[in-house]
Amino acid sequence: MSLKDVISPFNAWKRAFEKPDTIVKPMSDREGAPNYRGFHINDIEKCIGCGSCEEICQNAAIDLVEVASCQAKPGDSGLRPLIDYGRCCWCALCVDICPTGSLGMSNDYTWISEDPEDYRFVPGVDDKKWNGADKGYRRQEEAWLVEPEREHMPEKTPEDRKNDFDEYAMGFSDEQAEAEAGRCLECGICIQACPTHMDVPKYISEIKNKDLDEGLRIMFETNPMLEACGRICTAKCEDVCAVGHSGKPIAIRSLKRYIGDKTYRKKDEIMDLEPVEQTGKKVGIIGGGPAGLTAAFYLRRLGHSVTIYEQHDKLGGMLKWGIPDYRLPADVLQREIDFILRQNVEVKYNTKIGKDISFEQLHKDNDAVFIGVGAQIGSDMPITGMDTEGVYSGVEFLEKVAKGERPYVGKEAVIVGGGNTAMDATRSSIRLGAEVKVVYRRSEKEMPANREEIREAKEEGAELMILTTPSKIEKLPSGRLKIECLKMELGEPDSSGRRRPVPKEGSEFYIEADVCIMAVGQKVEPEFSETIGLKVTKWGTFEVHSDTLKSDEKVYAGGDCQTGPDDAIRAVAAGKKAAYFIDKQFKG
Amino acid sequence: MKAIWNETKEYDLTSGKYVKIWQGPQHPGVTGNMSLELLLEGDEIKWLKTHVGYLHRGFEKLMERRKFINCFPIVCRICVPEPDTNEYLFAAATEELAGIEIPERAKWIRALNLEMARLGATIMGLGGQSGSFGLGTIGQWAVAHRDFLLDSFEELTGGRIYHMYIIPGGVRYDLPEGFEGRLEKTLVKIEKLISDIDKVLFNNAVFKSRAKGLGIIPKDWIEPFGITGSTARGSGVNYDVRKDHPYLIYDQLDFEPNVGTDGDVYARTEVRREEALLSIRLIRQILARMPKVGPVRTRIPDIMHWKIPAGETYVKAESGRGEYGYYMVTDGTEYPRRVHVKGASYTHAMALLEKLAEGVTNADIFGLMVSLQTCPPEIER
Repeated sequence: MSLKDVISPFNAWKRAFEKPDTIVKPMSDREGAPNYRGFHINDIEKCIGCGSCEEICQNAAIDLVEVASCQAKPGDSGLRPLIDYGRCCWCALCVDICPTGSLGMSNDYTWISEDPEDYRFVPGVDDKKWNGADKGYRRQEEAWLVEPEREHMPEKTPEDRKNDFDEYAMGFSDEQAEAEAGRCLECGICIQACPTHMDVPKYISEIKNKDLDEGLRIMFETNPMLEACGRICTAKCEDVCAVGHSGKPIAIRSLKRYIGDKTYRKKDEIMDLEPVEQTGKKVGIIGGGPAGLTAAFYLRRLGHSVTIYEQHDKLGGMLKWGIPDYRLPADVLQREIDFILRQNVEVKYNTKIGKDISFEQLHKDNDAVFIGVGAQIGSDMPITGMDTEGVYSGVEFLEKVAKGERPYVGKEAVIVGGGNTAMDATRSSIRLGAEVKVVYRRSEKEMPANREEIREAKEEGAELMILTTPSKIEKLPSGRLKIECLKMELGEPDSSGRRRPVPKEGSEFYIEADVCIMAVGQKVEPEFSETIGLKVTKWGTFEVHSDTLKSDEKVYAGGDCQTGPDDAIRAVAAGKKAAYFIDKQFKG
Repeated sequence: MKAIWNETKEYDLTSGKYVKIWQGPQHPGVTGNMSLELLLEGDEIKWLKTHVGYLHRGFEKLMERRKFINCFPIVCRICVPEPDTNEYLFAAATEELAGIEIPERAKWIRALNLEMARLGATIMGLGGQSGSFGLGTIGQWAVAHRDFLLDSFEELTGGRIYHMYIIPGGVRYDLPEGFEGRLEKTLVKIEKLISDIDKVLFNNAVFKSRAKGLGIIPKDWIEPFGITGSTARGSGVNYDVRKDHPYLIYDQLDFEPNVGTDGDVYARTEVRREEALLSIRLIRQILARMPKVGPVRTRIPDIMHWKIPAGETYVKAESGRGEYGYYMVTDGTEYPRRVHVKGASYTHAMALLEKLAEGVTNADIFGLMVSLQTCPPEIER
């Protein structure tokens, strides 16, 4: 130790002359860093209340609550996160998982209240000084905890698939299905959007658990037509999928198909349906489509006897006659129907109500009647030349294709319409060797067909002629059709929310084709409605109670014949609902 | 080997010769919530017993009931001054068991993060060491300078104390624009601080007279006590996980750990001064050598229901206080079966302190305790 050691510490005084680094007024606010994890903010319009934040919060600091300014609607639970700052640890995992990107954190960290209750609030709803703050932690793209890209199902190339009616989508491999299932947050926002409310998160989680048998049982709780739906469902669930807000939605339909494909061989064994006590009640079902088959299955599970009256020689309805094999192979549909029939469902094939058996008889013989006849008749357009030879309706054309006939399409075909029937007719015509033009009066964005149907039709070579409508059809001496068309423009939105097309004056032009297929809508067979004498709406659909599907004391109706032309899953939902209310009626 | 433990002596507490006092769990000199039971004869400690358990939060048990991703925000809370080591080790254990390879740039950013945390903890430790001998000025300087580092952490991670930045799969996101320049300014400030500490602490008659010869740990105690880190290096045992079992990118950096000889409080403090300078050098090396662009994160599939195949692993890293380890057992479910956290100061802070305290004056016990880098939060996971 030296004298230096005594003097040297006085060097500390030098610092007294330096400019201090501390803030002069300690109480003045120091702004947090641009990505500081401070109090939460939430864009209440963007938030869908999926609850992923609640699920990932390890402190249980987040609770989804009802708020006055948000209403539940498809794709939005109407709930919003309430955060308890006595529990929050500011880890921001809630922000990193948020599929909409609505949840964030402000860089505000100085706030004091004497009331402990103030520390529980709903960000974005309760008035806080940091609402709308532009600084603070936000989920960066790379920090999102969810994989944004979906697995791509292997399928045949457009060149390869357009020559035959074989199924072109091959289904997921095990690895793909597990990877795709792994993207699911299991938030359940899809359940409400599904007409039959399939428990999507639960069966997807069974894929993760590699327990496909349980997955099948879960699906059967709400949908006995899952193999068909796994291929052709319009997948309203995917439209609202939470992950879809920042990436590609989960391929829910393909995962459903995966479970179906992997389990159909052992369906009886897996389902192991125990015989139920028979009630002795009899239900007659008119129409063996998805609505009728579903109603039959659930009614049998409830112990009621069921007889299906089917006008064709095969069951399946529009799934059978309206959807070509390349989307839904006949054997897949048949094995699914066979399983339902094995639940002791009686079927009277080739039986037309009013011809082979009277409705009164049916009404008398059964304790309840369910009508699920669908909308089988193609609508006409109010233009001249509809009865020209070579002009078909879409449903008629597809029925012929389904029966194995190969209707004449010539070299060039024109399909009128923008729905799924139009796309099916388009792609079937391509497979029959025609070049196809699709004439649709609105723009592509407004086409009601599934996006992938439109994309795949285009891949296969269909030409879209949007904002165009046919105005006259006549036969040329050559035997070909001359179709006069008008160009359209979009006006104000109509009652459906889509913009109304208005013809442009003097915009007539002509196209030639060998055939013209009209797929501009379908309606319930008017003669059938007259035969049974049920009340109908102005659109010709049966008027029933919207909740119970009940018409008079014994008669129920559901599916396309009640809603107008719609998709299979809505028909399945109607069948399930009718079974429930018929059973309820029996039980009093 | 010579027995380290002497026979237990009996003290007649009724003789009036001795007085028994408790220091802690609430006491300004004790580092965190632990308690010392002291038996004094005059000013000299005859016998000491450490009491821990006041800060037990049950992290290890909590983790058994939490999904892997939900453990991520917890683990940093095991150690306040240097949480990043916990984040890294938890991530490293899960990645090893799940077979996940993280991107190259993420490894460098992790090392940067760990060195920043070590630097902050080391300079705060220097301040604590001088403060324990009544030299409070240096404590204030050190804490203030650590705050500059915390500013950098805040900018990088969004949080000052608990960063929650090293996540399984990599790091949460990339460095902010211009971060390196701002960090360098802080490093320069800390270098100046250390040169001031040289003058005010290491060339200080008070510190020298009290710290030299205090709490000497003989070299042959290091292994039986399981002492690691700068405490071991102060006694001349050159063991550093970064050098001896390199992880992340430490094998691509040039450095030599500093080793002392005397094994007393002064030697340990000197080693820590060198450690701070080493961390500064390493941060500069990392910033210069790291890949400038590239992904920083591997996305973990289905993170909310992440299942890790059955297995077990022990991962370790050099923290500011020595070897820090995580032993993890998984059983193929969404939850860890067992996580054991080996806190770095666990081996130093209880039995060794009891042993070294014999014969030390009451005034020096805190200086001794700080020099062992006692950290109750990591003793009690």
